[in-house]
Amino acid sequence: MTLTLPDGAVHGRAGAPAGGGPGDGRRPRLRRRTLLRLGFLAPVVVYTAVFFLYPLIRNIQLSFQDFGIQSVYSGQAPYNGLGNYRKLFDDPVFLKSVTNTLVFVALSLLCQFLIGLGLAEFFRHTFPLSGLLRSLLLVPWLLPLVVAGTVFRWMLDTSNGVVNQVLLATHLVSDPVPWLNSPHTAMAGVLICNIWIGVPFNMVILYGGLQAIPAGLYEAAALDGAGRRQQFRHVTLPLLKPVIGVVLTLGLIYTLKVFDVIWVMTKGGPANATHTVTTYGYQLSFGGLSEFGVGAAAGDLLIVVAGLFAVFYLRSLRAETGGR
Amino acid sequence: MSGTASRGVRPRPPRTATLALTSAAAALSLLLTACSSGSTTAAGSDGGELTLTEMDYYNTGTTMTALPQLLNSCGKQAGVTVKRQIVPDLRTKLIQLASSHAVPDLVLLDNPDLQQLAATGALADLGAAGLSTDGLYPNVVEAGRYQGKQYGVAPGVNALALYYNKKLLTQAGVEPPTTWDELKTAAKKLTDGDKRRGLGFAVPATEEGSFQFESFFLSAGADLTKLDSDQAVSALELLDGLVTSGSAPKDVLTWTQANVEEQFANGSLAMMVNGPWQLPQLKKAGMTEYGIVPMPTPTAGGTPSGALGGEVWAAGNNGAKSRKAAEVIKCMTSAKNSLTWSELTTYVPSSRQAAAKLAAGDPDMQPFVDGIAGAQGRTAKLGAKYPAYSQALWTAVQSALSGQKSPRAALGDAQRQATR
Repeated sequence: MTLTLPDGAVHGRAGAPAGGGPGDGRRPRLRRRTLLRLGFLAPVVVYTAVFFLYPLIRNIQLSFQDFGIQSVYSGQAPYNGLGNYRKLFDDPVFLKSVTNTLVFVALSLLCQFLIGLGLAEFFRHTFPLSGLLRSLLLVPWLLPLVVAGTVFRWMLDTSNGVVNQVLLATHLVSDPVPWLNSPHTAMAGVLICNIWIGVPFNMVILYGGLQAIPAGLYEAAALDGAGRRQQFRHVTLPLLKPVIGVVLTLGLIYTLKVFDVIWVMTKGGPANATHTVTTYGYQLSFGGLSEFGVGAAAGDLLIVVAGLFAVFYLRSLRAETGGR
Repeated sequence: MSGTASRGVRPRPPRTATLALTSAAAALSLLLTACSSGSTTAAGSDGGELTLTEMDYYNTGTTMTALPQLLNSCGKQAGVTVKRQIVPDLRTKLIQLASSHAVPDLVLLDNPDLQQLAATGALADLGAAGLSTDGLYPNVVEAGRYQGKQYGVAPGVNALALYYNKKLLTQAGVEPPTTWDELKTAAKKLTDGDKRRGLGFAVPATEEGSFQFESFFLSAGADLTKLDSDQAVSALELLDGLVTSGSAPKDVLTWTQANVEEQFANGSLAMMVNGPWQLPQLKKAGMTEYGIVPMPTPTAGGTPSGALGGEVWAAGNNGAKSRKAAEVIKCMTSAKNSLTWSELTTYVPSSRQAAAKLAAGDPDMQPFVDGIAGAQGRTAKLGAKYPAYSQALWTAVQSALSGQKSPRAALGDAQRQATR
């Protein structure tokens, strides 16, 4: 076997003038090193190709095909150009789901972030049992989304829900609020649940970011006469900027693809009032219509949007590190 | 030490290289076996007993244990072993399996999904495999047909009826309603503010919502191919009036049929629209003071109609195994097993004779047995197009009952959406 050749290295150095000499010595070593590198790379490449690249390419291909129920078994689906995308943009329900997605993502992110930041700031100052309280606040994050959705569905039930019972008992409302049963309030109902789920994630990451800010800076600011509010504005916020970027981008990508919560609570109803692009895309493919091509087109649009934000985020991150 | 000496000849990199290579190879082969395992199991065991795969979604109560027993005994008769798998989201799973040509040999699926699956070509023609449907209700036979071929046979079927709380009706001096007007007055009288509603039904944004609404829609004489007919509008106006007046809770838009049963059992609803499969749950909840009447009709003396409910047995298009699967289905849908299965699921047997026998012994089942004859297969006229109509229909019901659109406008939009 080649590896028993002990003098390969010596050959390479000494036999340089000889015509074929250097290659004889270096090539096996080089080949070995390339093989080694390739060997370590292969699992990642294969994994990515099979589980990310192939489905992605197949999905893009699918979005340009007229792939209905008749194509499932035969695999025969004619290409129809931009037909699926055109169909999607002619569909009033899809347009509604786009607006719904914007509202859902924007309000989820805003509320999750503000509440998360408030809690993180609150827990920066330790007090008795603060550690326990902080870990209790993580519970929503640990709960399976289906469980959270089901619990909220019953809490927001119009006739029997605890939320309405409390509102009625405290005379805040005179009639039960039809939370998930009216197109005007259903989005609010779904948002309440999703915000509750997302707050711990924001809190944990922002809390970590706050811990990394040296206490000395606050002392210096205090000496310069900065009050709590000014300290927050001029010390906390600028130093927390990279962490805020991470929280918001991850939150955005995460919220864009929220499915379970909405599906369990309303199935996109009442009358499509809570359909987002994610749930409607699923509905198109698997909800009985079997419009797999159109559903794939909806999925592709989501990927493009999420991808755009990911690139935007990576670029801002690079600018950040480059500037230092 | 020998270690330092051997390090000079660099034995390490090659060893790690082989390690890396083997790990890469292992990852690859793992992937390949994972992808191909579906097709390798499809081949029958050589010479030995044939194994058929089966899928259904019965995951609760006695049916979960009884179904494998029935399958075992029927498998034995056909000389095969049946391997059962419970799949909650069966329709999606079957479509996925159809696309990779790995459909199970036997499936027990919801009847409105049958035609779409048959349209893919993934199912076997049971008629060609020698299955007879003599003695079954004609509408039940029709629900298993697609383009003139028999792809599915139901062991038992169901339809909806009106349950009422005897005690509450006696207290209020109300007779069980038979017409829509009586239903409206009764529901109003039985409503007690937010504490109790007169009537409950389930119209969530799923097939379940269409199924429940169809018992009003079809009783009105409307046709599923025309969602915005006057009859259809009158049916939706009825439900809209019940919800707007507070006789039925707004929650009907999110409740499932199981939720409605819970509310009826705890006395929050005086009447409910539900199927016979809820009977064991009601008894389990300790609710005994209930009566059941056929669905009310628009005018006195009308014939109630509704959508035919229940699951059908179908066989995957898997060559020689399909013939064995057809034999198993033949046994599962025989008069005797059909009756056993129907008793377990509190369904109505698909054989007219067995149904009559069941009704004679169980007065609770009488209204449901009566309902079957007038029930319509959801896919009878629309075929594989039914899901598109159904989605349009449940959306219309939700739009109207949530106050977004008038019943007429909602159904007009539904018809346009379905035929788009």
